[in-house]
Amino acid sequence: MGVEGIGASVVRKEDKRFITGKGRYVDDIKLTGMTYAHFIRSPHAHAKVKGIDSSAALKMPGVVAVLTGKQIVDDKVGNLICGWAITSKDGSPMKMGAWPAMAPETVRFVGQAVAVVIAESKNLARDAAEAVVVDYEELPAVADVTAAIKAGAPQLHPEAPGNQVYDWVIGDEGAVDAAFAKAANVVKLDLANNRLAPNAMEPRAAIADYDAAEEHFTLYTTSQNPHVARLVLSAFYNIAPEHKLRVIAPDVGGGFGSKIFIYPEEMVALWASKKVGRPVKWTGDRTEAFLTDAHGRDHVTHAEMAFDTNNKITGLKVKTYANFGAYMSLFSSSVPTYLYATLLSGQYNIPAIHAEVIGVYTNTTPVDAYRGAGRPEASYLIERMMETAARQLKVDPAALRRTNFITQFPHQTPVIMAYDTGDFNASLDAAMKAIDYAGFPARKAKAKADGKLRGIGVSCYIEACGIAPSKAVGSLGAGVGLWESAEVRVNPVGTIEILTGSHSHGQGHETTFCQLVADRLGVPISQVSIVHGDTDKVQFGMGTYGSRSAAVGLTAILKAMEKVESKAKKIAAHALEASEADIVIENGEFKVTGTDKAIAFPMVALAAYTAHNLPDGMEPGLKETAFYDPTNFTFPAGAYICELEVDAGTGKTSFVNFVAADDFGRLINPMIVEGQVHGGLAQGIGQALLEHAIYDANGQPVTASFMDYTMPRADDLPSFKLSHTTTLCPGNPLGIKGCGEAGAIGASAAVINAITDAIGKNNLEMPATPDRVWRTIHAA
Amino acid sequence: MYQTTYHRASSVDEAASLFAKGSEAKFLAGGQTLLPVMKQRLAAPSDVIDLGKIKDLIGVEASGDTLTIKAATPHYDVATSDAAKKAIPALAYLASLIGDPAVRYRGTIGGSLANNDPAADYPAATLALGATIKTNKRTIAADDYFQGLFATALEDGEIITQVSFPVPAKAGYAKFPHPASRFALTGVFVAQTKSGEVRVAATGASQSGVMRVPAIEAALKANWSPAAIDSVSISASGLLSDIHGSSDYRANLVKVMAQRAVAAAG
Ligand SMILES: Cc1cc2nc3c(=O)[nH]c(=O)nc-3n(C[C@H](O)[C@H](O)[C@H](O)COP(=O)(O)OP(=O)(O)OC[C@H]3O[C@@H](n4cnc5c(N)ncnc54)[C@H](O)[C@@H]3O)c2cc1C
Repeated sequence: MGVEGIGASVVRKEDKRFITGKGRYVDDIKLTGMTYAHFIRSPHAHAKVKGIDSSAALKMPGVVAVLTGKQIVDDKVGNLICGWAITSKDGSPMKMGAWPAMAPETVRFVGQAVAVVIAESKNLARDAAEAVVVDYEELPAVADVTAAIKAGAPQLHPEAPGNQVYDWVIGDEGAVDAAFAKAANVVKLDLANNRLAPNAMEPRAAIADYDAAEEHFTLYTTSQNPHVARLVLSAFYNIAPEHKLRVIAPDVGGGFGSKIFIYPEEMVALWASKKVGRPVKWTGDRTEAFLTDAHGRDHVTHAEMAFDTNNKITGLKVKTYANFGAYMSLFSSSVPTYLYATLLSGQYNIPAIHAEVIGVYTNTTPVDAYRGAGRPEASYLIERMMETAARQLKVDPAALRRTNFITQFPHQTPVIMAYDTGDFNASLDAAMKAIDYAGFPARKAKAKADGKLRGIGVSCYIEACGIAPSKAVGSLGAGVGLWESAEVRVNPVGTIEILTGSHSHGQGHETTFCQLVADRLGVPISQVSIVHGDTDKVQFGMGTYGSRSAAVGLTAILKAMEKVESKAKKIAAHALEASEADIVIENGEFKVTGTDKAIAFPMVALAAYTAHNLPDGMEPGLKETAFYDPTNFTFPAGAYICELEVDAGTGKTSFVNFVAADDFGRLINPMIVEGQVHGGLAQGIGQALLEHAIYDANGQPVTASFMDYTMPRADDLPSFKLSHTTTLCPGNPLGIKGCGEAGAIGASAAVINAITDAIGKNNLEMPATPDRVWRTIHAA
Repeated sequence: MYQTTYHRASSVDEAASLFAKGSEAKFLAGGQTLLPVMKQRLAAPSDVIDLGKIKDLIGVEASGDTLTIKAATPHYDVATSDAAKKAIPALAYLASLIGDPAVRYRGTIGGSLANNDPAADYPAATLALGATIKTNKRTIAADDYFQGLFATALEDGEIITQVSFPVPAKAGYAKFPHPASRFALTGVFVAQTKSGEVRVAATGASQSGVMRVPAIEAALKANWSPAAIDSVSISASGLLSDIHGSSDYRANLVKVMAQRAVAAAG
């Protein structure tokens, strides 16, 4: 592998600038003549906007403009789109209400913008915003998904009667009914998957700069996928054609999905910069992040699982209500359908599955993909179900899982996915060994003698990553293809620039992507740089989410590398007067195999550019492009086991141990993978114990600051023990499965399974706050 | 933040006269409460008068049976003060639990008591230990000082200069942190004075701020042990209820934290 090649824990190249405060985020950028935007946001969850009086604000010093929702609609800026069409079981398309970038008539969640003040400074914009008088007529609101579907509930959009976006089904209902009719045992489970606020460290921000002479816009934005932002802004929002719009996503401080979407603020900044003729900057604060960044999860589910007399699963039926909030965000429709229900087979052989998902509007912040997106909800459901079943059937939970594991690959599930490879027993073995599962009963007994309630919980997750084969997602309703592109530019002196459509906002691409080049060419990673996040530099890209950057993005780089190597070999063979087939690449040299004849890589690069002595007919230069479209999803999987103690007096949970055995296929940089798993586990544990975005019955957010919303902190978390059991992914040449979301997908169930084991009661909702746990312990 | 004028006072008298001149002046100590509120535009003082650099307002001293903490002493200094650790270890321990290191380096006892957040830690110790709050105008007994949520006996412009704690025979503090803010979801300070009186104060629990807990005081007076509290029943009525702790749960915490505080006090 070499010290910097694939498999080496190379220290992250990008950390020097981050740790020394030299990162360049959107808010660090200052343009000449820049103005500042402050949004006026609805304090009501549901209201008519009867009038906006900005006369006083316009007279204030430093105020450049006050622009309203009516104006943006009059200027024909497009409504926000949802990019994945879902069809209901009755064949009708999903029912969507219009979402203008600022509300001209009706606001439907607290925080929705109705107007924007543009001023000479941020503070002046805020001062002026307080002088703008918005006349609201409050309407009844509904925040809870189960309340929203009731007859007589407040209605959000006339297009969606009953607040229903869709009623979608998957699987074979007849086969499931037959399985339940014959079942020896049926296990039932009701659960909720709590709503989360993503809380990337860097709040969203945007700077729009309109050049009137060129009729050209530049947008600096906190995006995980700048090219998709440009595509959507051009094709649907009527901002500018693609060649007149440059989108730059510089350093971005975390996304977790929330920065995939194109938000109203970017649209307004672009539109406003043309209107005022100056650059416009908006930097969100933490409260705005809580109110307007797309939230995650928020499901209410009833599920039943059928077993035969051998404790083999024979069927699964699931009914889920998914809360979408007030509007359909960019990929929201796909999350509780194709990213959720298609994973309901878990790691198990389940011959028949049927799921129904009802998407519902409520007067809350829109909900979309958040780390794991649908797969944490599926994994939580299945793994809570397996634990519940083991308790009901009185068998060991690990043993029940083994009885039902899929062991033959490829495996076609009844819900679309075809798992390519895996070894679920191996990861469960590794996790059980790491935590000394066999010794648990003795530890529990000892803890009991000390007055402590100790529990253990298993979670065996699987996810579909490497999103995704374009043809497959297209057939399921996606509005885009999900390939990735790359360009490898070798400079005349032999240094290399990799242009990638993936976007790094914490993932460490500037290191791992270089490692591939180091591995193949034997050049040091210091000779390689990664260029990303600018639509003027990188031709196109689908961006980073769904654990796709290594499996898809890096594979695209590999494909381009292969083309570069092939041409370089021809040049080397020509220079060394050898046959191309005899050229091998070793330690930065192109060698004639079996001889000591060699030419260093920089000399090959130079030859390509001097073009003094190239093979006949060869074009000068050394630069290649590739687009890679995967053939299947990848299927990272693993086993997490958590051991913890509950304080019966306070209901507080303390971790004793947390082990993770993951199968991510090939690891490029194990240290970075470990960091990804740590972060994911923190979010999964955060969901299980701490985090909950709560609204009151009138749609007022209760958790709009860190004083109320519990973000996981280091001392809330155990030290993790990580290990890997590897089966290489057959779907891509590097054998990579992806690691970005696993922790967030698998951890929650392990924690809740362990707490419910400790307290001896199975019903416990997330987050398992001390109050909730205490109440459950002492409930009759 | 709105525009404001910052003044650095060099003496308590100067601070008081600066205050009198401002139209809507506010004192600033550690700024750990005032500045976040100003940043959120929930406070718009015309003048901000910094007490934090007044030398006479900083320091921890033990003399005889009294531990005195000057008003602008940061929590960190109290947590690490040898005098405090020796005289009233439970008080130094309490200071070590406030917020995070940044908060402890800046936040002060005077600011905490002037603010009287219903979930703050210091009010529990101040009330349970029967401390005396000295201001630039008078001295106020703890029993008279706390007057409900964010309400105190302080008059407009009155400056706390120091807090004097009688050294107890035994004292202990147990805090159950609010999961998000890390203030006290409920914290209980128990003290047995040298004359044998038992005083117990709970913070974070009541709708009217820090409170004495007479039922627990009586039980401990009869028998100073965690077990003595087993049979005490705490009513949930009048207690706070929010997403992190229902009033029943807080009633339970008052009892459980009191038991743990007694265990810690020895
Ligand atoms: C993140 C965070 C976590 C925290 N966690 C905790 C916690 O766990 N427990 C806890 O108890 N507290 C906590 N706090 C609050 C902290 O202890 C503050 O220090 C305290 O509440 C106020 O003290 P200060 O010196 O910062 O006062 P400032 O913010 O400067 O002032 C607060 C108020 O007191 C007035 N004031 C200040 N000094 C005097 C004086 N000498 N005389 C009269 N009036 C005065 C000011 O005018 C102002 O109205 C936390 C704060 C933060 C930001």
